[in-house]
Amino acid sequence: MDFALDKKHEMVRTLYRDFAENEVKPLAQEVDETEEFPKATVEKMAKYGFLGIPVPKEYGGQGCDPLAYVMCVEELAKVCGTTAVIVSAHTSLCIDPILTYGTEEQKQKYVPKLASGEWLGAFGLTEPGAGTDAQGQQTKAVLDGDEWVLNGSKCFITNGKQANVYIIIAVTGIIEKRGRKQKEISAFIVEKGTPGFTFGTKEKKMGIRGSSTYELIFTDCRIPKDNLLGQKGKGFNIAMHTLDGGRIGIAAQALGLAEGALERTIAYVKERKQFGRAIGQFQNTQFQLADMATKVEAAKNLVYKAAMAKATQKVYSVEAAMAKLYAAEVAMEVTTKAVQLHGGYGYIREYDVERMMRDAKITEIYEGTSEVQRMVISGSLLR
Amino acid sequence: MKIVVCIKQVPDTKGGVQFNPDGTLNRAAMLAIMNPDDKAGLEAALRLKDQYGAEVTVVTMGLPKAADVLREALAMGADKAILVTDRVLGGADTWATSQTIAAAIRNLDYDLIITGRQAIDGDTAQVGPQISEHLHIPVISYAQDIKIDGDYVIVQRQFEDRYHVLKAKMPCLITALSELNEPRYMTPGGIWEACDAEITTWGRADLKDLDDANIGLKGSPTKIAKASDKVRKGAGEKVALDPDEAVAYLMGKFDEKHII
Repeated sequence: MDFALDKKHEMVRTLYRDFAENEVKPLAQEVDETEEFPKATVEKMAKYGFLGIPVPKEYGGQGCDPLAYVMCVEELAKVCGTTAVIVSAHTSLCIDPILTYGTEEQKQKYVPKLASGEWLGAFGLTEPGAGTDAQGQQTKAVLDGDEWVLNGSKCFITNGKQANVYIIIAVTGIIEKRGRKQKEISAFIVEKGTPGFTFGTKEKKMGIRGSSTYELIFTDCRIPKDNLLGQKGKGFNIAMHTLDGGRIGIAAQALGLAEGALERTIAYVKERKQFGRAIGQFQNTQFQLADMATKVEAAKNLVYKAAMAKATQKVYSVEAAMAKLYAAEVAMEVTTKAVQLHGGYGYIREYDVERMMRDAKITEIYEGTSEVQRMVISGSLLR
Repeated sequence: MKIVVCIKQVPDTKGGVQFNPDGTLNRAAMLAIMNPDDKAGLEAALRLKDQYGAEVTVVTMGLPKAADVLREALAMGADKAILVTDRVLGGADTWATSQTIAAAIRNLDYDLIITGRQAIDGDTAQVGPQISEHLHIPVISYAQDIKIDGDYVIVQRQFEDRYHVLKAKMPCLITALSELNEPRYMTPGGIWEACDAEITTWGRADLKDLDDANIGLKGSPTKIAKASDKVRKGAGEKVALDPDEAVAYLMGKFDEKHII
């Protein structure tokens, strides 16, 4: 067992860190203030392959492993939570299910353009009445000749209006399972610009304010029959498996936010003087920092372990759930302590930790709340 | 077109400079980076590759660890990498270094050689021009713009308050300034390939037309008497005086320090 990173991962870390410092950090505050999607940054990330890191080369990707991808989300989140989630949703929630469940034609058609960043991806599962209870789906897809006809809406969709390709989960019928009637759920690939596919209002959020979060509306939206992703009726499994991967990305985002807040706090407590001493010389500050750093390190080990599990195991739900649960709660705790150690300045927008604390909160909620992660973990214990 | 780019691994001075007791740099204790001027030279070569098509070979001389900068260059888009390393080459000054690198380049086909203007550890700006002398080819130093015109290069050479436009027939050598361009980043996939790529390693035995009297510490005429980090100036002295008194005070100080 070896905890040291190999040369490849050390080098990608250096790359992501340089890119994040030079290209992302200078814009983070502005992106938050203006709530504008950082389009120019996404184009730069596309140029350097950041939008297809774990995608095989034959589909136009970088051919790296899940850990190399997770480290990218982590380093971006250290300086900007918005930029990190754009990459995570695109890679884990759109490219990954097409690579895993798509036909060769679907992979050839969509993945190279997504991996190069020419197209951006998104994923629509959540509905106004179906969040944690994914079975509560109302969006319907009905086969009519050679086309599926979609009706319904999806909400809180990351990369909402900016994406070109969407994985949409919808009800395709009612089936009987063990004598009980259940919704049959399927997954589809929907392209932007399809007639009947429109956008609702843009959500105004507490954090990750530059990410484009929209409602998607389908009104007699007709898509080709071949845009069914995976088998009919397997949509729930596809969505859950996709979220297993997505959770590792969000765990990495949470980890990055915690690390970023810790770095800034260490720098601040060395400079800030009270009672004639730097506040870093007070034992209270030192012990808080020690706890923050220890939890960040533990979160990092869980996140990296989950990424390695995705590379080597068929099922990694528990690893992903533990990583997301712990990293998200550490992100919230560490960013909150970071604000506290900054005192009044931590509450001011000029200081990054204020934004980081707002950005951290969503990591406990989206792609499965912390409560859902506990359900997944305990479910595996009591099976 | 075949381009050879000479790059050097240098200590990252952002983290502070550390010395061994004998006054030489303690390279092991400092983070290492690709020398900034060399990186600009590599970027210039990669742009020529993008524009005209070229094969870019990067060469470095140093400890086996210097392979790191070669991998970085491969991850940015260089095609081949050569590490010149041998114990007998250690301790080389600019004379011995340029002799050694010129010998390595004699093993290669090239139309253009690009080096950085100077390295941030030695700051001599001598190695590039010396290589051109050993290879008997023209040199254009301090390039701030490079264009290709058939068998010729047209280069803007930076001067104090202007630039000169020079045209030279290839093969020739150009030394690049870090202001020449904004070097590209590596790519994740480029890093994966670079780490799997083979780096050609040459020792003393692989270098032809090289006199043993001109290599390593023994072949280095430069003797370093002392090396030190920049000494920080004190905070200085602040005085609040009216203009007449201030002039008298300053004149007194100038006199005291024998400035006037």
